[in-house]
Amino acid sequence: MSGRDAILGRLKRRLEREGDLESARADEVARRLDDAPAGIIPARGQLPGGERIALFQRMAEAVQASVEHVAAMADVPKAIAHQLSQRNLPAAVRIGADAALAAMPWEASAPLEVRHGPSDGNDLAAVSHALAGIAETGTLVLASGTDNPTTLNFLPDLHIVVVEAGDIDGDMEAVLARIRRKFGKGTMPRALNMVAGPSRSADIEQTLILGAHGPRALHVVIVGG
Amino acid sequence: MQMRSPRFRENAREALDNAQLQRALTNVETNFVGKRKAAADALPEFEALRDKARDIKNHTLEHLDLYLKAYEKKVIEAGGHVHWAETAEDARRIVLGICKRVNAKTVTKGKSIVSEEIGLNEHLSANGIQPVETDLGEYIIQLRGEAPSHIIAPAVHVNKSEVETEFRRAHTHLDPNRNLEEPETLLNEARAILRQKYFDAEVGITGANFLIAETGSSVIVTNEGNGDLTQTLGKVHIVLATLEKVTPTLEDVSQILRVLARSATGQDTSVYTTFSTGPRRPEDPDGPEEYHVVLIDNGRSSMLGGDYQDMLRCIRCGACMNHCPVYHAIGGHAYGWVYPGPMGAVLTPSLTSIDEAGHLPNASTFCGRCESVCPMRIPLPKMMRHWRTREFERHLQPASTRFGLGLWAFFARRPALYRAATGLMVRTLGLFSGKRGRFASMPFASGWTKYRDLPAPEGKTFQQMWAERKDAA
Repeated sequence: MSGRDAILGRLKRRLEREGDLESARADEVARRLDDAPAGIIPARGQLPGGERIALFQRMAEAVQASVEHVAAMADVPKAIAHQLSQRNLPAAVRIGADAALAAMPWEASAPLEVRHGPSDGNDLAAVSHALAGIAETGTLVLASGTDNPTTLNFLPDLHIVVVEAGDIDGDMEAVLARIRRKFGKGTMPRALNMVAGPSRSADIEQTLILGAHGPRALHVVIVGG
Repeated sequence: MQMRSPRFRENAREALDNAQLQRALTNVETNFVGKRKAAADALPEFEALRDKARDIKNHTLEHLDLYLKAYEKKVIEAGGHVHWAETAEDARRIVLGICKRVNAKTVTKGKSIVSEEIGLNEHLSANGIQPVETDLGEYIIQLRGEAPSHIIAPAVHVNKSEVETEFRRAHTHLDPNRNLEEPETLLNEARAILRQKYFDAEVGITGANFLIAETGSSVIVTNEGNGDLTQTLGKVHIVLATLEKVTPTLEDVSQILRVLARSATGQDTSVYTTFSTGPRRPEDPDGPEEYHVVLIDNGRSSMLGGDYQDMLRCIRCGACMNHCPVYHAIGGHAYGWVYPGPMGAVLTPSLTSIDEAGHLPNASTFCGRCESVCPMRIPLPKMMRHWRTREFERHLQPASTRFGLGLWAFFARRPALYRAATGLMVRTLGLFSGKRGRFASMPFASGWTKYRDLPAPEGKTFQQMWAERKDAA
């Protein structure tokens, strides 16, 4: 007997009560997987537009992300060039094939070197376009793929994330609904990264230090709102 | 991992006498307890979410076979592989097989407690494959040749100066005169060394906080980002997970996530919550080429439907040990196996045997703090009591303990005699305690008085005082 059959057989024997119908249990399980009922959604994030974005900013700053606002996508390259010079970093960023990022006036507005594709670990700064934001925890949601390669989220020292104000939801459940609309029910991108602040460790005497293995800094650019 | 639980008493005694350890342990209560409370208090729905999280896991456990099948189907649809391991040995064999097939020389690892449980690192090393722990705490203890002493802060027993010593010993290619005074410098050194390892490794192994039946995803929560680099940069990603990690839907995971980080570190959420579904897709520019999940039983299925089923709700947040006075006093290594603290005291006998781990359920004052903070509302004291009963029934305690209990039972069944005897004892002790009202040493109680004074009784027994107050009221 295979390990699979042995384990599943043992579970079934332990779980089935006298008179249980396998079909009834199977129906219950299938129903729950189909319906995906929502649980308790904290009131914290249930705010109208402006207040919701303010909460997102407050929560992101509480976990040591920096946040700035720009009016339009076209303003992003200039804001990024300013960030890099403020942090004494070279004027170079890496981006994926994201259409919104590609459409930005990189050459016109700033003397920035823009590299494309996944990171090999030699980039000091990368820019991603978030799928969504979660106001209740100040979290960014990023989906893998050519548009926004996963390596950009983890290898550079500075990770800059562009998020549109209209994509910032109050709670995680709203973002899950957004993911289902985009990818289909039961389907996920290869990697879905939820990111709240720059990487950190408290493994040495429980002292919190930023910049463990991932980015040392996380800068969020909120567009519009 | 080698089982040292049978010598728990000796381990505990050594821990109490270890000054370095005692200094390190002060960090546990100082850092975890207040933060958890602040995070819980800041979320009005926290208690209701605990109920919800408990109910979700209870429902899942009732249909564990069916949810695992649904999960497996989705993993395969996404191009991943599912392996079923009945025992630790099966799991080791499966992982080694995958590593050998891709000619792996180096394997990076995100923090995984079940990897410790199955003794994976020893097995890989013995077969010529170098496992590299990438979580800072795990890296430190790997260099020291130790096991974790805490399930989320594996190096909590190590002081900064000891980390410095270890780094100087291991990183001999670096300037011996470099300054390693600050924790930041130590972290930067580890970051630089491990950065290269992620690129060198053919295989990245992580654990899983959740497996999602709805989507076939595995979820890890981390703060350092090491787990993500481990699973993104290797050619092969192997997920190690025990059966009870499966959770029905994304919404269910969201509910439990809200109590997980708050209970563990007092964060509203961990820095990185990563959902992984299958290997790199045709259009993907990065990510692993192969994605494998090893579903490990190793004793879990036998816990279903029994006295200890509730323990399978555990999400490994560490809150029970962070709030445990016994853990605060002796640390995690004394428990002698992978899982310390109250959750370990219940789980270790379930996964090994009461003969080996019988001391652990006795290492509790039954103060109940563990249950009061457990996000999954696991009745830990009740289950420790179950184990004590079993241990007594099987005559596993030493003769002196059984004699003592027998003596107490003799008096307890004879109320008049009990009152007379305790009254006499209390008066005698009060008489001999002197002006300080405390004993610094006492015959038959040296186990207590070695580490703290024994307060002297103040003249009356509890029952006498009870009777007086009842009459007065």
